[in-house]
Amino acid sequence: MARQMTGAEMVVQALIDQGVDTIFGYPGGAALPIYDELFQQDKIKHILVRHEQGAAHAAEGYARSTGKPGVVLVTSGPGATNTVTGLTDALLDSIPIVVITAQVPTFMIGTDAFQEADTVGITRPCTKHNYLVKDTDVLAGVMHEAFHVATTGRPGPVLIDIPKDVQFAKGSYVEKNKAPTGHYAPKLKGDIDQITALAALMETAKRPIIYSGGGVINSGDSATALLRELAKETNFPVTSTLMGLGAYPASGGQWLGMLGMHGLYEANMAMHDCDLMINIGSRFDDRITGRIDAFSPKSKKAHIDIDPSSINKVIHVDVPIIGDVAHVLEDLLRVWKSRGRKTHGEGLAKWWKQIEEWRAIRCLDYKNTEKVIKPQYALQRLEALTKDRKDRYITTEVGQHQMWAAQYLGFEDPNRWMTSGGLGTMGYGLPASLGVQVAHPDALVINVAGEASWLMNMQEMGTARQYNLPVKQFILNNERLGMVRQWQDLLHGNRYSHSWSEALPDFMLLAQAFGAKGITVSDPSDVDDAIMEMLKFDGPVVFDCLVEKHENCFPMIPSGAPHNEMLLGDAGVADAIGSTGAVLV
Amino acid sequence: MSPLKIKKGTSRKSAYDLKDPHADVSERHTLACIVTNEAGVLARVIGLFSGRGYNIESLTVAEIDHEGHRSRITVVTSGTPEVIQQIKAQLGRMVPVHDVHDLTEEGPAVERELALFKVAGSGDKRIEAIRLAEIFRANVVDSTLKSFVFEMTGTSEKIDAFADLMRPLGLVEVARTGVAALSRGEV
Repeated sequence: MARQMTGAEMVVQALIDQGVDTIFGYPGGAALPIYDELFQQDKIKHILVRHEQGAAHAAEGYARSTGKPGVVLVTSGPGATNTVTGLTDALLDSIPIVVITAQVPTFMIGTDAFQEADTVGITRPCTKHNYLVKDTDVLAGVMHEAFHVATTGRPGPVLIDIPKDVQFAKGSYVEKNKAPTGHYAPKLKGDIDQITALAALMETAKRPIIYSGGGVINSGDSATALLRELAKETNFPVTSTLMGLGAYPASGGQWLGMLGMHGLYEANMAMHDCDLMINIGSRFDDRITGRIDAFSPKSKKAHIDIDPSSINKVIHVDVPIIGDVAHVLEDLLRVWKSRGRKTHGEGLAKWWKQIEEWRAIRCLDYKNTEKVIKPQYALQRLEALTKDRKDRYITTEVGQHQMWAAQYLGFEDPNRWMTSGGLGTMGYGLPASLGVQVAHPDALVINVAGEASWLMNMQEMGTARQYNLPVKQFILNNERLGMVRQWQDLLHGNRYSHSWSEALPDFMLLAQAFGAKGITVSDPSDVDDAIMEMLKFDGPVVFDCLVEKHENCFPMIPSGAPHNEMLLGDAGVADAIGSTGAVLV
Repeated sequence: MSPLKIKKGTSRKSAYDLKDPHADVSERHTLACIVTNEAGVLARVIGLFSGRGYNIESLTVAEIDHEGHRSRITVVTSGTPEVIQQIKAQLGRMVPVHDVHDLTEEGPAVERELALFKVAGSGDKRIEAIRLAEIFRANVVDSTLKSFVFEMTGTSEKIDAFADLMRPLGLVEVARTGVAALSRGEV
């Protein structure tokens, strides 16, 4: 006889059975039965956020830094609609989160009841899957299936909408191992003929490149280990997308740095000139490809992806391999080794020589000054003073600071870098840093932020204070929407239409108001001491770093340009002019 | 899989301005999706088409297996070969979608539509309408002294042709079910 319990009890029981220890949420009328159950147990810790969007991003941070699904609990209507940005963010970045939304009672659905919204209708296009549960007997099965769907295949957000009467009613609890999850089972093993075809291409490639993405990190630690083994065994250069940073260590000799619109010169040039591109768990995003008709014109392209719809969506590939990164890489290495571990030694040597020439451009150089803090300098100092911390986790907001963080901070391990890549959600970083800190209480968690993004969800400092989460908010304050201003510089004749704030808060006072420590720094010679003060403080810190207001983020592939037409910063211009195909500003 | 051949120079400024070089080589495909018959499944499939800008020329949905909670959604769509391939991949990865069959690609298939035509008129036009209905093997399912309702099953082209003929004869209204399709042969 199945256990009888109320819908609200089932929600909590299913979460426990799924191994959930932490959820992020905000109560409200329709969610009260579930909150009442939470009150009467101590296995699940509930983090009360200050806005439901914060809950969704915190769950994303939790998920990305642990590899486990993040869980959100909110009420009906506005509670649900406030999670929409977080759901879309998780969908675009393939982050597994399960969002439980309460709903008005079934008999009131469709009556425009108080705090009623068509949650499944609204969230259908921004979830991997969603459910409206109208019968308590199926609730437990749906809960288990939701976790299965969120974490299997290409991960993503799943939403469960539960009307209040379903929470109150009694029904039969379905155990985790009896839940109906069978029909959703994406293929893990790649086609062996295609894998063999890729192994053959690897043997003859003179200018190969490994282009890895967030899929490697989603696939798990074994995928990261296999990627590193593949790189080591073949001596192929490795670049990665924004989402894939850390899968291959930044200190690794074959690391070319991030590629794409604000990627490194050597990475983009190598992508453009390669003769074999091995895309591992990335999706040819438009920030990566630039102008697609001029994207890597001389290469054979292989693409490993668990999502069949990613294959040939944007770029036609010669060797499509649908499967899980870890499974495919394991087979690929086995096949390649059994064929004699061959690579084109002479070609590779020439290729590396070419890459060294590109590296010599030193595309990340910038003109430093003693008068004002350059944002790049602030990040270089942050890197220098924190890179030895094995437990360092970085989140970011969205904009120039995000790209500089990706360029100037080095990641040695996966799951240490949480950023909003696909959706580009300003306001992601602060709540995400809370999610990371909750999952790793003793770790050093830094949110590299711009002041404009940070203000979008700054209310979450209240959450940081309530749970004593010692997150460090490292704000590069240029009093501008830096990236918007940069595009206005490049494309709109320096007409800075609404891209600066004339009434910024005093961040020191703001920090105090939230019970956090505030630090302000404006002199480059004080940066080190200020960062050390931030690191030493045991509690949340708002670090207001007043930086150069008109700094632009380089290198940059202008929108619609190919990889070999990068704009470099001032410092690189002199050296780079002679280089093949480079058009410099 | 045909290679994506994008002409040089199709983009000048921004990737967002890229013109689709295959815009003129559109193909018509009939897709059959077997889905779990659950609330919202049709909205999910339609939302995919509208959200990603795909065409729907015809759509037919009905439960086909009550015990197994299965419905069959038959969609006639059009697009370049790449778009058709993408539609199938996007459909295939949806959680309630069990199977996607491209009946146009997988081999010969029968496609049928049912249509009802209301034709009003008198005299020669009325006689001509019933004569043509016989030729097209349409059934009269309702009749008054001044009107007929014809019922006809056939391919979409046959129904189009009949509608064209009825128009000058007093066609008042047409109701069509959309295409239902099955592959020919044993399996």
